[in-house]
Amino acid sequence: MLGKLTLSAIPYTNPIVMGAVAFMVLGAIAVLGLVTFLGKWKYLWTEWLTSVDHKRIGIMYLILGGVMLLRGFADAIMMRSQQALAYGHSMGYLPPEHFDQVFSAHGTIMIFFMAMPMVIGLMNCVLPLQIGARDVAFPFLNNLSLWLTVAGAILINVSLAIGNFSRTGWLAYPPLSELHFSPGVGVDYWIWALQVSGIGTTLSGVNFIATILKMRAPGMTLMRMPVFTWAALCTNILIVAVFPILTVTLALLTMDRYLGMHFFTNSLGGDPMMYLNLIWIWGHPEVYILILPLFGVYSEIVPTFSGKPLFGYTSMVYATMAIALLSMLVWLHHFFTMGNGGDVNAFFGITTMIIAVPTGVKIFNWLFTMYRGRIRFTTPMLWTIGFMITFTVGGMTGVLLSEPPADFVLHNSLFLVAHFHNVIIGGVVFGVFAGLSYWAPKIFGFALDERLGKWAFWCWFIGFYVAFMPLYILGLMGATRRLDHYDVAAWHPLFIVAAAGAVIIFCGILFQLAQVVVSIAHREQLRDSTGDPWHGRTLEWSLPSPAPAYNFARIPVVRDRDAFWDMKQRGVDLSASTFVPIHMPRNKGAGIIMAGFALVTAFSMVWHIWWLAVAGLAGVLVTLIRHNFDDDRDFHIGAEEVRRVEGLHGRVHARSM
Amino acid sequence: MLLLSGCQWAVLDPKGPIGEQERTIILIATALMLLVVVPVIAMILVFAWRYRASNERADYAPDWSHSTRIELVVWGIPIVIIGILGTICWRTSHQLDPFKPLAATVKPVRIDAVAMDWKWLFIYPQQGVATVNEVAMPVGVPVVFHITSATVMNSFFIPRLGSQIYAMANMQTAVNLIASQPGTYRGLSANFSGDGFSGMTFRAIALSSGDYARWLAKVKASPQALGAAEYTALLKPSEHVPVAYYSRVPADLFPQIVDGKLAPGRVVASAGGRD
Repeated sequence: MLGKLTLSAIPYTNPIVMGAVAFMVLGAIAVLGLVTFLGKWKYLWTEWLTSVDHKRIGIMYLILGGVMLLRGFADAIMMRSQQALAYGHSMGYLPPEHFDQVFSAHGTIMIFFMAMPMVIGLMNCVLPLQIGARDVAFPFLNNLSLWLTVAGAILINVSLAIGNFSRTGWLAYPPLSELHFSPGVGVDYWIWALQVSGIGTTLSGVNFIATILKMRAPGMTLMRMPVFTWAALCTNILIVAVFPILTVTLALLTMDRYLGMHFFTNSLGGDPMMYLNLIWIWGHPEVYILILPLFGVYSEIVPTFSGKPLFGYTSMVYATMAIALLSMLVWLHHFFTMGNGGDVNAFFGITTMIIAVPTGVKIFNWLFTMYRGRIRFTTPMLWTIGFMITFTVGGMTGVLLSEPPADFVLHNSLFLVAHFHNVIIGGVVFGVFAGLSYWAPKIFGFALDERLGKWAFWCWFIGFYVAFMPLYILGLMGATRRLDHYDVAAWHPLFIVAAAGAVIIFCGILFQLAQVVVSIAHREQLRDSTGDPWHGRTLEWSLPSPAPAYNFARIPVVRDRDAFWDMKQRGVDLSASTFVPIHMPRNKGAGIIMAGFALVTAFSMVWHIWWLAVAGLAGVLVTLIRHNFDDDRDFHIGAEEVRRVEGLHGRVHARSM
Repeated sequence: MLLLSGCQWAVLDPKGPIGEQERTIILIATALMLLVVVPVIAMILVFAWRYRASNERADYAPDWSHSTRIELVVWGIPIVIIGILGTICWRTSHQLDPFKPLAATVKPVRIDAVAMDWKWLFIYPQQGVATVNEVAMPVGVPVVFHITSATVMNSFFIPRLGSQIYAMANMQTAVNLIASQPGTYRGLSANFSGDGFSGMTFRAIALSSGDYARWLAKVKASPQALGAAEYTALLKPSEHVPVAYYSRVPADLFPQIVDGKLAPGRVVASAGGRD
């Protein structure tokens, strides 16, 4: 009846896991209890969970990313403390079967459920506003994408309480991830969490491409788009190009594990090397899917706080496109050590290095945007300068690793781990925080507390170097990744320093949590009444903060890059005297319901509860079909209502009131 | 700094020509890149300070956003550096291809290495002996390691000698190495392979020719032989496995492992069962 699922699946004998589960359950009960106490269930359902408003969907993505950051960071602290302790006779406190789950979960969560939601959240919050659109092209699809991502995140966290998670690393290389070597449910949790959320991501990609290509305000030619929009376009093209590869690769592994097939097994003609190729043909573009949008964020922040247009806009656009194209030609550098021969290794080594050219150009362009500027050191700008320095170092070690003979001695070492944290923390994470503090007034209507934001920055910045520079050194000393124990005396002090670095980063996270609380408490003082708190250059700053549901009462006409700056120069009047009704999409519950059924199906597939999996799938299809016959999809915000809302922001001409 | 000096710097303190060439590449590439990286970081800091909003004396060009000359330089510098690094990449990828036999006047020693759960089996086909978790080689003589796996993917790596290469079941890879100084070096699997991975280390011993002969004689004198039963026992997962010597080994053991003709590793519960 319940497949492989029995009561013994709950690891109640493991105090660490049960503590985490208790924390998670209590947290959930606290949130649900609070909503009930405040009587906000209806509000939550009608205004948020079913919302098709890109701004609210964006905020929900950001909340998901924030919560998952805490979860992934808890894993990081466990790894750092285990490695600080487990030297010589001490085995630390995590046995291998637990430690292996921790690093697998850390990587999976940080990439798929922290970084991706943060990036897609920022795109949701900002992109339609930047191009003068009233929503994304497919608002309901956007809601469905969100909930599919959430479903994946829930599934991965359920694995903590019921059964166990994968012990095969964040990419589950076969044959280790095959049934023969990993017979438990861990790999299945990994597969289904990624499969469900991956479909959500693919749909997001389609949605944003359509939005950018079809919904720009009149006059906004491609070469007048803000650079963040350009970066988002390249990113979403990459998503649509490569996420289907992930879907297929996972499906092949699923068939191996569920149907006894032999795509990647050791025996009967299976080829694990094919999996490595496929997963990295998705996996390498994936890291650019993460970083490109943040390159876009930095390209908005540097001009704004330097009081100048971006230096070399055209270069920046071509560099972004070049990176997107090249990112699909470098996957093999993840396994130079497979024995591919000199020609193949050299080809992929050189394509990898070539990426450093457009990336270097970007750094120079930001640098020359600062040149002869008037730089204001706000929190977003601090994150950006921290990024420029840190990312330059990470880029250098990346090019070093792209030399195959150097990789022969550094592959899979802690040098590699230090490198990719160097670019992902220094690039993606700093960029997300830069973007959040930059757009917070637009997203929430009030700015985030600057003082706590700066403290958070310094903790992250210093903590990063303290945590990861020792890992570079350890890599050069021959330390590999994923060790739950080691015997080399010289490594021990460096692991202790690295753990101290993680604690400093933890302080940064505490400051950020405090920043959220303090900013909400002081929201009236921090409120942005102008809509343009930073002297911005792009269209989102022409709107009130937060933007009204319909975004633009009148769709703006764009005459230049930095459209809003141009409007300010020309003294364009943002107020109006006549208003027209605005056509809007209606909130729909089908997205969250379909994702709920998908979660049921995924969970049932993990535990081989076949009848429930079929029932869940039927639920998805029935909900989809019902939704397709639902004609009540849209409504109009009346002209008077638009006038009223615009009036609240002083955007109605007095003579016409 | 004492800590960071001397023998602890495995990759930067190699004991063989392959590792030395790889170290040279690391140092040259790093130095070339620092030529750009150091000025860039300095410029970031200088520009940020000089053009701070409170510095009214600095130039301010609020509309300046293009300079063909600067653009040529910012595209040109990375292209030149990457051009040099790319050339190095092409040449050294071929020179240091792990499969490439090393030029030497003496006949190379062949050692077959098998990754198992979680230990390394070394077979000396020319001498007909085998060992577990210890491999000895003569100093100054090229060694060609033929590598496969009796289990999941691993990576064969002796950091102080140079290149690593994957160990994969039903496949054979190779790496050619030389030790130029006698000593005992750390060997390991560099690719995660399951619960016993951390303890999957071995001793790589480089010996003078006399000592090497004595070491071989010691292995040859071992009472244990590596027969089918012993091999099957080795297939069972085990961790932190002590060194073992086998005085006899079937001549076709390694080819049979590569061809997948022997029982697969890691005995697990039946398909579908929970671990």
